[in-house]
Amino acid sequence: MTFLGMPLLRSKHAHSDLPGGQGNIVETEAFPEVSHEHLSNQQLRNNIGHATSTIRSKRAEVVSELDDWEKLRNAGEATKNEVMANLPEYLAQFEEAFTATGGIIHWARDADEANAIVTELIEDNAPVLETGRREVIKVKSMATQEIGLNEHLETQGIDAFETDLAELIVQLGEDKPSHILVPAIHRNRDEIRDIFMKTMPDAGQLTNEPAVLAEAARKHLRHKFLTTKVAISGANFGIAETGTLGVVESEGNGRMCLTLPETLITVMGIEKLLPRFADLEVFLQLLPRSSTGERMNPYTSFWTGRTEGDGPQNVHLVLLDNGRTRALADEHGRTALNCIRCSACMNVCPVYERTGGHAYGSTYPGPIGAILSPLLTGVEDEANGTLPYASSLCGACYDVCPVKINIPEILVHLRAEDVEANHSPVSTQLDAALTGASWMMGDGKRMTAVEKGLPLAHKATRGKQIDALPGIAGAWTSSRDIPALPEKSFRQQWADEEAQRSGTGAQTGDEEGQR
Amino acid sequence: MRIALFATCIVDAMYPEVAQATVRILRRLGHEVIFPEGQSCCGQMHINSGKFAQAEPVIANHVRAFTGTEWDVAVAPSASCVASLGHQQPMVARRQGNDALASEAAEVADRTYELTQFLTDVAGVTDAAADLGSYFPHRVTYHPSCHGMRLLRLGDRQSSLVRSVEGIDFVELPLADSCCGFGGTFSVKNPEVSSAMLADKVRTVQATNADVCTGGDASCLLHIGGGISRFERTGGFGGTPDVTAVHVKETSSTDARGHTTETLTTVVGADDDDHLTPGERGTAPAEPSRAQGFRVGQAAVHLARILASTKEDPLRVPSEGAEVSGGSLR
Repeated sequence: MTFLGMPLLRSKHAHSDLPGGQGNIVETEAFPEVSHEHLSNQQLRNNIGHATSTIRSKRAEVVSELDDWEKLRNAGEATKNEVMANLPEYLAQFEEAFTATGGIIHWARDADEANAIVTELIEDNAPVLETGRREVIKVKSMATQEIGLNEHLETQGIDAFETDLAELIVQLGEDKPSHILVPAIHRNRDEIRDIFMKTMPDAGQLTNEPAVLAEAARKHLRHKFLTTKVAISGANFGIAETGTLGVVESEGNGRMCLTLPETLITVMGIEKLLPRFADLEVFLQLLPRSSTGERMNPYTSFWTGRTEGDGPQNVHLVLLDNGRTRALADEHGRTALNCIRCSACMNVCPVYERTGGHAYGSTYPGPIGAILSPLLTGVEDEANGTLPYASSLCGACYDVCPVKINIPEILVHLRAEDVEANHSPVSTQLDAALTGASWMMGDGKRMTAVEKGLPLAHKATRGKQIDALPGIAGAWTSSRDIPALPEKSFRQQWADEEAQRSGTGAQTGDEEGQR
Repeated sequence: MRIALFATCIVDAMYPEVAQATVRILRRLGHEVIFPEGQSCCGQMHINSGKFAQAEPVIANHVRAFTGTEWDVAVAPSASCVASLGHQQPMVARRQGNDALASEAAEVADRTYELTQFLTDVAGVTDAAADLGSYFPHRVTYHPSCHGMRLLRLGDRQSSLVRSVEGIDFVELPLADSCCGFGGTFSVKNPEVSSAMLADKVRTVQATNADVCTGGDASCLLHIGGGISRFERTGGFGGTPDVTAVHVKETSSTDARGHTTETLTTVVGADDDDHLTPGERGTAPAEPSRAQGFRVGQAAVHLARILASTKEDPLRVPSEGAEVSGGSLR
C-alpha cells in the first residue's frame, strides 16, 4: 500500500477493507420507502419540476453554443483520470506548493478528524463573544455538508453562518439541502419570504419579489462579513502545480468570506485536484455551463497560500479522505471521483425530478449521489444498498456529465456489489423470479417448454388484458395493465410454419417441430 | 443476405406479431431469414438487477444460439437488447472471469443490428412507403426509447422511417426524450417512482391526440400501453399518488387534417405565478380514447408492425374482445 492506502495489488474486494466515509453520506432509510412520502408532496414536485426544467434548457442552450463541447468533455475526463491515477504524487506536489506560500495543511482521514481539526482552528482564532459562543461565516461547501460540520460546531459552542443565499434559506428554515447547486430548490418564493420574516429580526414586512428577498439577505449578512474573524470555505479546484485553491460562485458573498476575515479554513476532498493551472481553461468552460447554464459564473476567486498584509493572514487547508481512498480502490467505480459537483445529472434525472434530493439521504443526491454515496461508504449498510437501484438507467445523466462519468454502468456495478453483499438471506419474490428466469433463459429449449404454457394462460385470461397480479407483480399492476397474452409464442409459430413448409405436418409443441 | 432474427424474450412471449412483422419486412427486401432456435434473452434483466452470476448462463446461451448457425447479420426489433449485447454482455462475462465468452459475445454483438439501424445503415432504406410499401393511415406519435437514443445513438433513424410511411399523420410527442419509467426491474423495485414517470408519459401521449404511440422497444411499449390501458379504463393510476409535474389543459386548435378540434396542451412544471386550478391539473381528457378501431390496451404499437403494414396487408387491428391474431410470416 502507498501512504494513501491505494492497493498496489488489487484483489476483487480490496476496497472493502478500506475505511468507509462517515457523516451525511449514508442513506438510512430504503429509497423506495423514503421516496414514497416525497412523491405525494405536490408542492415539492411543482417546485423541483419547474426549477430543473428551466435549468435544463439553459444548460442545453449554452452547451450547444460550443462546437468543441465533446472535445472539452474528453479533455476534462482525461485530466481527471490523470489525477486519479497519480493522486499521491499530485497531493504531495500540492502540499509542497501550498506550504511554500505560507499555507498550512491538515490531513483528515474521516469526518470526525476533519471536524476536530476545524474546531481546534476556530478555538485558536475566533474570540468568545458576549453570548459565550464563537462565530464563523461560511462559503457554501459540499465537503463541510458531507462531514456535518455545522452540526458538530453547534455542539462545540460555535455558530456557523452560511452566506450563500440558498444555503442561508436552508439553514434559517432548519431544513436540509436537496440539491448540490440549488440547495433550496424545493422551496418557492412564498416559502422563502415566510422563512426570512420568521428568522430575520430586522427584516420587517417582505414581499415575495426576488430583489426584495435578496436585499433582506444582504442586510442580514453584511454585518457578519465585517465583524467575523474566521471563515470556512470549500474549494472547487486545487492546483497541484502552484498550490492554488479556487472557488466559483454566483453571488460574491463567497469572495467576501474569502477576503475579509483574518483566518480562512478551507475543507477540500483530496480528489479535487487539477495538475496544472492551465487545466482551468477546460474546467472553467465545463463547470459553469453544466451547472448554472451560464457561459461563465459571476465570481471566480483564486488564492495561493498567504499574502502579507492582504486578505486572511492565517490560511489553513484540511484535506479530506472520508472514503475517497476506498472509492479510488474500486476499479469499476473510481471515475465517480472525477465529479466536479456541477449537478447537471440531477437536473436531467427523471427519478430525482420526482422524488427530490432528500430521498437520497445524502449530501450528494441524484444520479451521482446514487453512486458516490455507496462508493464512499459501502453498500453493506442495507438502506445504502438501495441507492444504486434508484434509476431506470435511462442514461440522461451520462450524456450531460461534463467529465463523462458513466453513471449507468457504475450503478449496475454497484447493484452487483449489493447482490454480493447478500442483504436478504431469505430470497425475495423478485430474486426467486430472476433465479427462475435465469434457469429458463440459460437454455432456449427450456424457454420453449415454458412457453408451451401460453395457450393455457391465454385461455385462463380469456384473451383480455391483465389488471391485477399477486405478489411483486402486483406492484406493476397497481398502475399498469398487462396486455392480453398471445395464444402462441413466436418460436411456436415459427416452428409451425417450418413444419408446414417442410410438409411434415408436425403440430406445435412436438419435439420434431422444435428440433 | 442471410439474416438471423433475434426475437428477444418479451417479443417472443408477449408480442409474437412484432417478430412476424420484422420477418415480413426483411423478406420484402429479399433477404433470407433464419431463427436460431436456441435463443432466449440478452440477459439485460439479470445484468441490470446486479445478478451477474445468473446472467452468465443467459449470455452463454445467446452466444451458443447465434454461433451455432451461419448468418451474415442478426437483426432484433429492440434497441435495448441490441445495446445490451454490445455494452453489457462482454463486460459481465469479463467480470465473471470468462474472457472467451466475452470475446465471443462481442463478435456476435458486432454483427447484430436494431431493426431500423439495419434498414437505414445496411439495407439503405430511406423511404418506407417507396422501399417497403408501408401504409398506415392513422395519427401516430413516437416515443424514442432511452437505449436506442442514448446507447445505440439511433438518432432520427426510427422517426424518419415512421414518418415516411404512406398515409401516416405523424405528430411529435412533447418531452419525447423523457424516460417512460419502465427500466426493467426498476418498475418493480421502485414502482411508485416508475408510475409517476409513466403518468407523465401517458399524459403527453394523450396530449398529442394520436391514435397510437409507436416506438422501437417492446418493453417500453408494454409499459406505456399498459399505462394508457389502465388510464383509459379507470381514469387514473390506482395506488399511485396522482400528482405530476406535467399539467394538461384543453385548448382549441386545428389538427393536421384541417378539422378544428379540442386538443390538449402540456404545460411543464407550472410556475408559481401560473398555477393551474386543481381541476385542470392532471385531468383526463373528456374523450379519453380517440382510437379509430384500436382496442383499449392496443394503443402502443411497435414500429415494426407499422412498417410491415401495406394496403394489401394492413396491420391487423383486433376489435374489442377479439383475439390477437397470429398472422402469417409472409
